Amino acid sequence: MTQVSQLLRPPLLEVSHVVKSYDRAKPALNDVSFSVRTGEFVSVIGPSGAGKSTLLRCINRMTEVTGGEVHFEGVSVGKLNRKELKRLRSKIGMIFQHYALVDRLTVIENVLHGRLGSKSTLAGALGRYSRDEKQQAMDVIAMLGLSEHVYQRCDRLSGGQKQRVGIGRALVQDPKMILCDEPIASLDPNASRIIMDHLKAFSRTMHITLIVNLHQVDVALKYSDRILGVNNGRLVFNGGPDELCPERIAEIYGTDTAARQEFPRPGRAPEDELCQLTSSSNVATRAYSSLQSWAR
Amino acid sequence: MSVAATTIAAIFALILAMVGSRTTRINRFFSIFARGVASVFRNIPLVAWVMILMLAFSQSLLTGYLALFFGSLGFLTRAFIETVDEASIHAVEALRATGASYPSIIFQAVLPSSLPQMISWLLFMIDTNIRDATLVGVLTGTGVGFSFDLYYKNFHFHEASVVVILIVITIIAVEMISNYVRRIIL
Repeated sequence: MTQVSQLLRPPLLEVSHVVKSYDRAKPALNDVSFSVRTGEFVSVIGPSGAGKSTLLRCINRMTEVTGGEVHFEGVSVGKLNRKELKRLRSKIGMIFQHYALVDRLTVIENVLHGRLGSKSTLAGALGRYSRDEKQQAMDVIAMLGLSEHVYQRCDRLSGGQKQRVGIGRALVQDPKMILCDEPIASLDPNASRIIMDHLKAFSRTMHITLIVNLHQVDVALKYSDRILGVNNGRLVFNGGPDELCPERIAEIYGTDTAARQEFPRPGRAPEDELCQLTSSSNVATRAYSSLQSWAR
Repeated sequence: MSVAATTIAAIFALILAMVGSRTTRINRFFSIFARGVASVFRNIPLVAWVMILMLAFSQSLLTGYLALFFGSLGFLTRAFIETVDEASIHAVEALRATGASYPSIIFQAVLPSSLPQMISWLLFMIDTNIRDATLVGVLTGTGVGFSFDLYYKNFHFHEASVVVILIVITIIAVEMISNYVRRIIL
């Protein structure tokens, strides 16, 4: 893909100077601006409470912004009326940390919920889906490797399987973009890898744009095209995984005590990996060792 | 009569609960209104309801019916609100994010996830109301409560005790049935 054609096309998502404050004390988001192109895999990293979830929720207006604007496909999200907002949301999938499924319903029913956004109110309320929609849901379920659980109730699935159902629900929406709010935070490493591989595959093969909130820096480095670092409601890093050296990570995770817990302790495996993944130049190594002494 | 009062109350309570619940409310005003109604109805004791309603409907079945209805409405609304908030808050959020309409969310997410719990509350309410119906009967001069009152005041204590035993048997039977139903649906 040439750089020129990408530059000519307007970005899929443009977040400009977004401010969100829940109370007067301290804004959850403070003047955040970035843009995302079609098909990009963007990770958002930062300490707990930095505003990652708020940022994601501001994009499809699950949370109203206090200031600034969000443009999706060139349309200002903040100015949409209720009907237009529903149409917008039906183009954006969302995946949650705690899956947010209806536990008492079956896998197929939960996946079909993704179609509700593009159905009439009556058909949606009665749960009547067309043959095409059912076929599409079955295809998605097969793709996610859940074919043998189609008619099983969701409360009998494992965490990783539930998250795959959540992904299925987002996928049957035929989304342009999927927002993932810490999709692997409550999963074991193996299930996490499966989920992340699925997400990566969608961004590659279906050109679905992904914005993923992550807690694990190593996962972000491995999968993303671009990484956004958020700290204290501010966007403090915006660049490719290769630009994210340990000292930038330290900057993202800040210097307060909460951040120390977030950041892996020195001498542990994840950080060693991280070191190899980033840069092995002398400068980076020096920065890394200074970081280690800081963390102590 | 108590079954009728409770089921009808449940239907109204369901509507009030949908409006009143934090997850599914239409707007803040309706929510406060629904919670207010529930709270007022719940906090006026059953006996007071009977006394008040007797002024309007005198000693009749309707008085008892309405007294049970109002009491149940208040309690069930409250219980349903709690159930809805607890059972479906995440799923509702997810469906809102897919752009689903309000009725779709109610029928596809809220009801499937909270219905069993609601039915459980409803059965509990029927149990309680059958028990309370005796008291209401004494006050309004209807039903089994009236028979008890009549025998008791005429010093026919043997007959009065038969009535009490009948009430106990009825309540135990109803409780067994409702336990059975609960086991099946949950």
